[in-house]
Amino acid sequence: MSQYYSELSEKVTAKLASIESVSATVAHGELTIEVSKENLIAVCETLKADPELAFDTVIDICGVDYSSYEGSMACQTRYASVYHLLSVTNNHRIRIRTWLDSDFPVVDSVVGLWNGANWFEREAFDLFGILYTGHPDLRRILTDYGFIGHPLRKDFPLVGQVEMRYDANKQRVIYEPVSIEERVNIPRVIRHDNRYAERELAAMAQEAADAKNTAANESGDKA
Amino acid sequence: MSEIQNYTLNFGPQHPAAHGVLRLVLELDGEVIQRADPHVGLLHRGTEKLAESRIYNQSVGYMDRLDYVSMMCNEHAYCMTIEKLLDIEVPERAQYIRVMFDEITRILNHLMWLGTHALDVGAMTMFLYCFREREDLMDTYEAVSGARMHASYYRPGGVYRDLPDSMPQYEASQWHNQKEVDEMNKNRQGSLLDFLKDFTERFEAYVDEYEILLTNNRIWKQRTVDIGCLTEEQAKDLSMTGPMLRASGVAWDLRKMEPYEVYDKLDFDIPVGTNGDCYDRYVVRVEEMRQSNRIISQCIDWLQNNPGPVMNEDHKLTMPERIDMKQDMEGLIHHFKHFTEGYMVPEGEAYCAVEHPKGEFGTYIVSDGANKPYRLKIRAPGFAHLSAMDFLVKGHMLADVVTVIGTLDIVFGEIDR
Repeated sequence: MSQYYSELSEKVTAKLASIESVSATVAHGELTIEVSKENLIAVCETLKADPELAFDTVIDICGVDYSSYEGSMACQTRYASVYHLLSVTNNHRIRIRTWLDSDFPVVDSVVGLWNGANWFEREAFDLFGILYTGHPDLRRILTDYGFIGHPLRKDFPLVGQVEMRYDANKQRVIYEPVSIEERVNIPRVIRHDNRYAERELAAMAQEAADAKNTAANESGDKA
Repeated sequence: MSEIQNYTLNFGPQHPAAHGVLRLVLELDGEVIQRADPHVGLLHRGTEKLAESRIYNQSVGYMDRLDYVSMMCNEHAYCMTIEKLLDIEVPERAQYIRVMFDEITRILNHLMWLGTHALDVGAMTMFLYCFREREDLMDTYEAVSGARMHASYYRPGGVYRDLPDSMPQYEASQWHNQKEVDEMNKNRQGSLLDFLKDFTERFEAYVDEYEILLTNNRIWKQRTVDIGCLTEEQAKDLSMTGPMLRASGVAWDLRKMEPYEVYDKLDFDIPVGTNGDCYDRYVVRVEEMRQSNRIISQCIDWLQNNPGPVMNEDHKLTMPERIDMKQDMEGLIHHFKHFTEGYMVPEGEAYCAVEHPKGEFGTYIVSDGANKPYRLKIRAPGFAHLSAMDFLVKGHMLADVVTVIGTLDIVFGEIDR
């Protein structure tokens, strides 16, 4: 699996070289490329049109808010829009990440390429406030009519900001500031686990050994 | 006389044919649909946000409540993604149990779909037939997890516990005397597997019964043939997966294309449609029930002969045996840590999908190395399917809207999340 995706990764970077030099990583048998937001549409067009890649279905589009990310991955900006594409024809997948502006996240819409992207982009707009330019109908989708804020942003409180109840005097539903308090039963912790470090070292050693073997085999073939 | 113009009709959110809380704003010209605008989100509970504030295992229970007619399949996708990030193995017996329950879930889901879809279109009997068989399968859920619907039975690393040796029994009441109850309990005397074996032998005949009622039924065909057609290209373009894609003639099934667990060792076929209309989707789903039945009986044969562990033995990540917790210091520490802090998932991101009864159900987890997911994105098949609503009903009659909603097999738990 990883073998196939490393080859696909080389193929993708080669085909996209004329647009931009994308950084591609293969982890857990999945290929991820990072694309600048200016080139997103051009990249997607290539990924869809090229018969060897033929990503004909958009599986998912989601926003990610990296503002409280504590891992070692370098986060360029606060928001990212992440696309999961699938090629039904060739049976492979790709993940595209585009870093968006921290203050005003905006990116071109891919609805023109895949109609299925329509609601996924609406959802990312609703939950993260990412604007997709060129989207035919960018309305809120999951939250209430007249909702204020973008609930999946990290600075949005888990308990929300308003609560709703029926007021018998006014004979209608009214909104009030929330009365419940957020509580954390189990704190969020990060421990640096040596077992994973060992596993990574072992995997790296294995990879180096494999590379050596293949090199040896190739030179053997040549001889 | 004034000129007749289009008028707007509000359908739902409280409508029996809306399958939950769908609000559809329909623009009609006479009885012909010009535009359909589904308003969703009335069941939005913020599962993704909630999962960010809970340790990994606590969210397993939320997964059941996404698509609440195919509970275990949702859990499966979530657990598989965590296993991928942790890079751990699931014991083979647990894999067979998962596959078996995935297929039980598929039958449960398709029975629910068939019963309600037929009821919408006007066939009352189907509903009663389908719910009769669902009862038996619900009892297997109960036997294995204690809950009839929201099982939370799968865990990252395996399943919560091994299959039980006995089935829950009916008890005599004022409606059923002892003699009747004995008759009802006849096939529940053995283990869960014996009960399921009996079910798989009976089930083929039940599916024949449904087909006698519907497959060549003139009214059923008039209501479903050539309604909501999708070509292969349109289906791919609109992000269709599962039976919706297969009915359009694409032989695409994750169980075959990206085999997970033990699907590559099992023998089953993938039904494919030709026209991509509502009738083809019906035929595909009915055949899928028969294939699921085949898979279940193969799993039963394997499980009866191969005892073994059902949970990964690395107790830094999985719950230790209760006996170890009581007798062994390390077991006690593991137990304490597991339930008070959980486990850390190494930094990274992964997407894992399963062939859910409705389509491709996937979860995308971004982890920054903490004991809680940094971001969990649930890719629900129904969300993508419902987004095609406008395309599917445009130009059809008002009555066909109900057929199309039925054929999409939507459940609002997963669409609204």
